[in-house]
Amino acid sequence: MNVRILLFLLLWLYPIPLWAQGYAGLGGSAEGFDVPSAGYEFEFPMDHGPHPAYRVEWWYLTANLQGDDGLDYGIQWTLFRSALKPYDSDGWQSPQLWMGHAAVTTPKDHFFTERLSRGGIGQAGVTAQPFEAWIDEWRMAGSDLDSLSLTANGEDFGYDLSLTAQGPLVLHGNAGYSVKSADGQASYYYSQPFYTVEGVLHLPDSEVRVTGQGWLDREWSSQPLATDQRGWDWFSLSFEDGDKLMAFRLRGDRGDFTSATWVNSDGSTEAIPNGSINLLPLSTDKVAGRNIPTHWHVNLPDRGIDIQVSALTPDAWMGTSFEYWEGPVTVTGSQKGAGYLEMTGY
Amino acid sequence: MTFAVVQALLSHWRVHWLQLATLLIGIALATGLWSAVQAINAEARASYSRANAQLALGQFDELRDPAGFIPMSRYVDLRRAGWQVAAVLEGPYRVAGRTLRLMGVDMVAYPALPAVTEAQQSDAPPDPADILTAPGRLLVSTELEHLLRGHDTLPPVLSTSALPPDVILTDIGVAERLLNQPGAISRLIILPDQPRGLHPLTAIAPELERISPSQKIDTAQLTDSFHLNLSAFGLLSFAVGLFIVNGTVGLAFAQRRGIIRTLRALGVSMRLLVWLILAELTFLALIGGLVGLLLGFFLAGALLPDVAATLRGLYGAPVTGQLTLQLQWVLAGIAMAVFGTLLASGHALWRLSRMPLLASPGVQAWRGDPRARHLAAVLGLIMILGGGLAYVTFGGLIAGFALLAGLLTGSALMLPALLSLTLSLCGRAARGPVAQWVWADMRAQLPGLSLALMALLLALAANVGVGTMVSSFRLTFVGWLDQRLTSELYLTASDDDQGREITDWLRPQVEAILPIRNVELSHETGPLFLYGIVDDPVYRQNWPVITSTPNAWDDVMAGRAVLINEQLARRADLWPEDVLALLPDHILTIAGVYSDYGNPTGQAIVSMDQLDWVAPGAENRRFGIRLNTEKATEMAQTLRERFNLPRQAVVQQAAMKAQSLAIFEKTFVVTSALNVLTLGVAGFAILTSLLTLWTQRLPQIAPVWALGLNRVQLAGLELLRSLLLAALTACLALPLGLVLAWVLLTVINVQAFGWRLPMFVFPWDWLWLFLLTLLAALLAATLPALRMLRLPPADLLRVFANER
Repeated sequence: MNVRILLFLLLWLYPIPLWAQGYAGLGGSAEGFDVPSAGYEFEFPMDHGPHPAYRVEWWYLTANLQGDDGLDYGIQWTLFRSALKPYDSDGWQSPQLWMGHAAVTTPKDHFFTERLSRGGIGQAGVTAQPFEAWIDEWRMAGSDLDSLSLTANGEDFGYDLSLTAQGPLVLHGNAGYSVKSADGQASYYYSQPFYTVEGVLHLPDSEVRVTGQGWLDREWSSQPLATDQRGWDWFSLSFEDGDKLMAFRLRGDRGDFTSATWVNSDGSTEAIPNGSINLLPLSTDKVAGRNIPTHWHVNLPDRGIDIQVSALTPDAWMGTSFEYWEGPVTVTGSQKGAGYLEMTGY
Repeated sequence: MTFAVVQALLSHWRVHWLQLATLLIGIALATGLWSAVQAINAEARASYSRANAQLALGQFDELRDPAGFIPMSRYVDLRRAGWQVAAVLEGPYRVAGRTLRLMGVDMVAYPALPAVTEAQQSDAPPDPADILTAPGRLLVSTELEHLLRGHDTLPPVLSTSALPPDVILTDIGVAERLLNQPGAISRLIILPDQPRGLHPLTAIAPELERISPSQKIDTAQLTDSFHLNLSAFGLLSFAVGLFIVNGTVGLAFAQRRGIIRTLRALGVSMRLLVWLILAELTFLALIGGLVGLLLGFFLAGALLPDVAATLRGLYGAPVTGQLTLQLQWVLAGIAMAVFGTLLASGHALWRLSRMPLLASPGVQAWRGDPRARHLAAVLGLIMILGGGLAYVTFGGLIAGFALLAGLLTGSALMLPALLSLTLSLCGRAARGPVAQWVWADMRAQLPGLSLALMALLLALAANVGVGTMVSSFRLTFVGWLDQRLTSELYLTASDDDQGREITDWLRPQVEAILPIRNVELSHETGPLFLYGIVDDPVYRQNWPVITSTPNAWDDVMAGRAVLINEQLARRADLWPEDVLALLPDHILTIAGVYSDYGNPTGQAIVSMDQLDWVAPGAENRRFGIRLNTEKATEMAQTLRERFNLPRQAVVQQAAMKAQSLAIFEKTFVVTSALNVLTLGVAGFAILTSLLTLWTQRLPQIAPVWALGLNRVQLAGLELLRSLLLAALTACLALPLGLVLAWVLLTVINVQAFGWRLPMFVFPWDWLWLFLLTLLAALLAATLPALRMLRLPPADLLRVFANER
């Protein structure tokens, strides 16, 4: 889940104008942070844990669910880590900050909430073995990444889910080295897109038993975007035949940068280079005072993919410290399926 | 035609410019003193609300551990159970000779502090990394910034307008380092939005006590009485200022009767004249009011630092020493000036409008009406009784002030009748024509002087009353300090372990070590600080107990009873043999009540065992050390060096007393300043009245002169008259002042501060005040006396040639 990096960087104290200034100043080693490089070999389960020497990192789970009431639902559970300095320490003085986002999207409503914490005191963090990612009472935990329990609560909503992986981990880009711009900015990026999910959604008026499919993204980096890049559109789609597609478009002044990963149902992948996939907005909805493209045309000619992607609920706005659109989508056209869409910078 | 009338009216001021100046000064003084007090009050109140809003102290529930600090693990327990709480660590922090309140907030959990928001929105927002990681940043008011800047040991300072003075706001990670309390949390603020499905707090952290905002002590409420006090003083000054206006306007109208008669004879309607005079008065009131506002602004600016110090000392209420000019204040001040001037002139204007067209101008205007005098006396009596009745019926601070107001105004109204009675008695006793004439003449002039004398009476009574109150307080306070501060050294160790180490080392070398341990509990009247003491004879001998049961100390030491301070006793109406619940299921009998001046909160004392029972683990790092006085200084130095303690960790008794007394003195600086100003205004009122009378006196003096008294004798008599009247008034003011003092000590103080003080009398002060009054009267009469001395005999002769 590539360019979500920005999200956490614009954490609570950063004023929005920083966006316009770009991120040239954040460039890697000068401030002591490590920078991703091609050829890195992941070590699991260690790499499921945090990498404090990198500036940003996240554990990002989305799921498309069907309720026993026959309705479609979507949930999001995200834990972001942002390092003010490239080390960790115990106590309040820890420079590692943590932010949690949780959301439930129903066909009519969108509930979301946010949590903030710092590292060093045990209020939030991630351990690789056994796996646990937590902030306050929110948890994503299990003996390993293959079977997880997931919980989060807001004022008027919450969920308790269990996830079971049905396939292998998936590396994006070049063996997990995912390039983000023509200038070479990159991140480490892998996913577990094969979860089956079951559990309960707690909604203001009801409890709904749900089942469905989940997708976990793991990504970390220190130098996420090129200076001209203004925002992104990111897709994670699961088709009925078991294939999956991750695709993103970074919108820049010097032109868009696209990247995608085709995931076969057995977990084998094909990286799709810049310019090979077309992501085109079809129509917009007025959401939170902005025009948000909620219908898309996705075209991957090499594989004969020609689909339309539509938001389940146009109003899936995350009005958190850093605002963005994130919600479940349905896929029609040459393929049928469901997935998640994230859009920032509108 | 209107223009001509205006010119004719204004010509009066051209001739009597001194009168004009007097009038304007009167208005300005009244407005100035009143406005100054209002400005001070407004500023102080604004400071409280700012402080409350900025620190979000007043609005949320919070969790405290009665035993002391909350460990960080407890915070994480609560967080991981879903409770949205924000940690705060706070404590006093001494820097550059000042004790500041250092407040460390978890800025990640609770980022919506106004000071932080302001910093974010500034042109150069601070980097969060700088705020959250070493060395961190300190957010302080602009005032403090200058003090803290350039201290090597402190993190860099950021200034903000959104913080009260004396508060350093910083991240909790910085605070734990500066306060040397790693991992400690003073309290947890329960944030407003909580997630669903929470387990109850009592199941997660049973030892923590949830305190709702209503149980916390409210600064604004606490200081209300202080501000009411100031307002009462302001109003008194306003009233005294209006006496001057009243006297001057009365005189001016009397002198203008000639012009007015002429104008009316020329066909100008009374209605037009009244309107024009009203307009003229309003205009003068505006000018005087503006001058007064200027005066008030500077006065308030000069007094505010002391008021701020007082409020900090007495209530710990944060107030800036800086004044901001507010439009509302300006408008209110002008309105008061106009309203006051018209009120003070109303009677004179009404009489003018009723004046028969052909009435002869002059003396009649000033002739007193005995009926009016009697009426005023009856009215005065009613006011005194009314004030008393109000107090008996309603009680409370406002009723206390009603009692004061009734007493003061009532006595002032009765003054002319009393003086008249005294003078006629003296006149009857007088032998010889000159003496008889002097007494009779004084009585004749009484109506013209009575307002000025009323002002003098009020000022003197206030002086005696407030002086007695302050001096009584000081005497009591000093004695109380001697009782309370019985140890030679007061020591604060950095933690319990160091405390143990120090006391082990000290024990063989000193007479006694008295631990000072306390925990904060809550009571329905606000916070309650519970202290544990060991059984040392010093407590039994010295502790300032006001009232107690026979075996109070034995009961307390046996753990059967508790001693409470006077504030708590009066607020909760708890007295010996009542009971006090320290915890919901832990109730002790009250064995006694002790005085505890200068402390706004409730306090209770139990034996050390009881304290341990109520709050196990309460910190034990403060001690009183009793030893030979001569060795105290040396021991303090040894302790500092041996245990590497900072200077303020070992304080000598003398220094502590000096500090307490300094706070005390500051407390009453403002009261004394207003006192002196009121007396000055009263003196000025006498001067204007005498000058006013002087212009009317020729017709009365001329016959006496013609009968053989020379001008030197007449001038002497002029002085004597003023002195006598002032002396008589002073004699009447003394009992009034004593009653006032009694009301202040037993009614107002109890309501305002929560303690009752014994009254002491200070005859030497009275004598001094009496002499001061005579001096003022003498000065006020000097100018008329000099005029008498220099009066050409031709003027006196002319009296016979003219109207007489």
